[in-house]
Amino acid sequence: MSSSVSITLNQCSRTFAGGNTALQPLDLQVHAGETLVLLGPSGCGKTTTLRIISGLESPDKGGQVQFGERDVTALPIEKRDVGMVFQNYALFPNMSVADNIAYGLKIQRLPRAEIAHRLDEVMRMVDLQGLGERRIDALSGGQKQRVALARAIAVRPKVLLFDEPLAALDAKLRDRLRIEIGQLLRELGTTAVYVTHDQDEAMALGDRIAVMQAGRIAQLGSPQEIYHQPANAFVADFIGAVNCLDVISTRANANGGLVVHGGELRASHLRGVSTVYCRPEDIQVVSVDQADVTGKVVQSIFLGQTQRLMVDTGGASPLQVEAPSRQRWPNGTAIGLALPSSVLFHPDKPTPPVNAKEMANG
Amino acid sequence: MKSRLRFTLQLSFTLLVCLFMIVPVAMSVMAGLTENYFVGLESGLTLRWVNEVWQLYADTIWLSIKLALACLLITILIGVPAAYGLLRSRRRWANAIEELLLLPVAVPGLATALALLLAYGSYREFRGSWLFILVGHVLFTLPFMVRAVLSVMQTAKLPQLEEAAASLGASFRQRFFGVVIPNCMSGILAGALMVVTLSIGEFNITWMLHTPLTKTLPVGLADSYASMRLEIGSAYTLIFLVMVVPLLVAIQWAGRLTEQRR
Repeated sequence: MSSSVSITLNQCSRTFAGGNTALQPLDLQVHAGETLVLLGPSGCGKTTTLRIISGLESPDKGGQVQFGERDVTALPIEKRDVGMVFQNYALFPNMSVADNIAYGLKIQRLPRAEIAHRLDEVMRMVDLQGLGERRIDALSGGQKQRVALARAIAVRPKVLLFDEPLAALDAKLRDRLRIEIGQLLRELGTTAVYVTHDQDEAMALGDRIAVMQAGRIAQLGSPQEIYHQPANAFVADFIGAVNCLDVISTRANANGGLVVHGGELRASHLRGVSTVYCRPEDIQVVSVDQADVTGKVVQSIFLGQTQRLMVDTGGASPLQVEAPSRQRWPNGTAIGLALPSSVLFHPDKPTPPVNAKEMANG
Repeated sequence: MKSRLRFTLQLSFTLLVCLFMIVPVAMSVMAGLTENYFVGLESGLTLRWVNEVWQLYADTIWLSIKLALACLLITILIGVPAAYGLLRSRRRWANAIEELLLLPVAVPGLATALALLLAYGSYREFRGSWLFILVGHVLFTLPFMVRAVLSVMQTAKLPQLEEAAASLGASFRQRFFGVVIPNCMSGILAGALMVVTLSIGEFNITWMLHTPLTKTLPVGLADSYASMRLEIGSAYTLIFLVMVVPLLVAIQWAGRLTEQRR
């Protein structure tokens, strides 16, 4: 496959007519061959960033887009050598499956034998053998997105761009295609930028994830970093569920106990913070006499593999706790919770190195 | 029992209305085929009048066909790019232009024709040629082409298809002819049938713009009604119907085709 290329955005901002700022001046580097996921809620600027990389939109004056060493800011999308997969497939309804996939190859005026060869190759890669003559409207949603994927990779682009490609599919299919896209990206080794609002998709596909908020990158890092060391409360909350415990007061004694609703936490690394964060799956249910925090179960939500307990400890909102699925805690049960210091974090404080054993269990 | 009575009443009312509309057409057709209308059907059926119309007015029929086809060609060449332009421009004046395009439909044909005469009447060559009428027809029919194509373009998600084509390296030309045109074919077809039908039947503008040498079918029709036997005028109507009815059926068919695509 073609050697991959890095992508660099320098001070790329985007203001729409009417003064709406979709993107604050942004610096971003996508390494050659990596998959970068742009993750965020709608309106956070992730799609605008993707469209600036693709050439479908231009950055405001002063912004610069580079592919490798080459400045491509002024190039329209058709000259940028990108492959793009859209949320709503954007397949040509007037062409068959094979004609859709071969469209880019015909535009390149490749010899007929080469087109046939590549068509065969990519249709095998995305598991569409034998469907070449089908009409587009005779395909299922999953098949349509495979065709779109095949069409994008057939031209062997320098850069692959995905704009929420799985958002229109049902959950099961989404999981399957997500895995397939992951395998494909590793196989191809093409630099890829993938936009999604789905954190599971981001975790599974991204070598790195950029979490975006209100036209800015809130955090850029590996999935592990984003999850375990979120840069702020927004990231922590957007990626998975998170509990916020208000610190009522700090004990003056040596181990720096933080008094919270329902108990006391030993977390010397968090001295001075007003809120402590922790993930539901990091809290353990223990007997009341061994507990850091105690409270009453107010609701339990059965999730299959696990269950989510809502525990009222007297704070503003109940704590979310992930508990084994087979045990029962009727509403009103008094319950003890263990919150070891290693799972407590605050974005402004360095996190103690995550215990390897704990990570394996989590 | 009650519902049965209501059904019978409704059915007879519908039939009555249908008769009211169909009988004049049928009588006209019959008049064109009877030997002597005042004597009635007993005088016998004949194609004599149809034949006579052909002798007298064949050139008006040919001119009408020529006009309709030329009009079609021009409305496609102008209308399809115009619809595309309106689709792509999100500015406010795009709406204004869409409204303006409807003006020739709303304004009486006589007024349009008068304006054309005032503006171009002094160019004698142009005034006397069939191209002068063509201008009137294009003005009148263009909105129908633009509307038909635009409505299909709007439902075809063209902007996304074009973005996809561009990402695969297609230039504007390649996108326009390879993606845009094929995907609004049903709209062009519907528009084309509409344009041809309207052009063939157009009377108001044409009547004002024609010269004795540039008579179209409807103008000839008016002429024959005014100056010929009733049977000849009726036979002329028959020829007109034979030309237009298949077009109307085709419009219905094209409309259904468009709906299925959605």
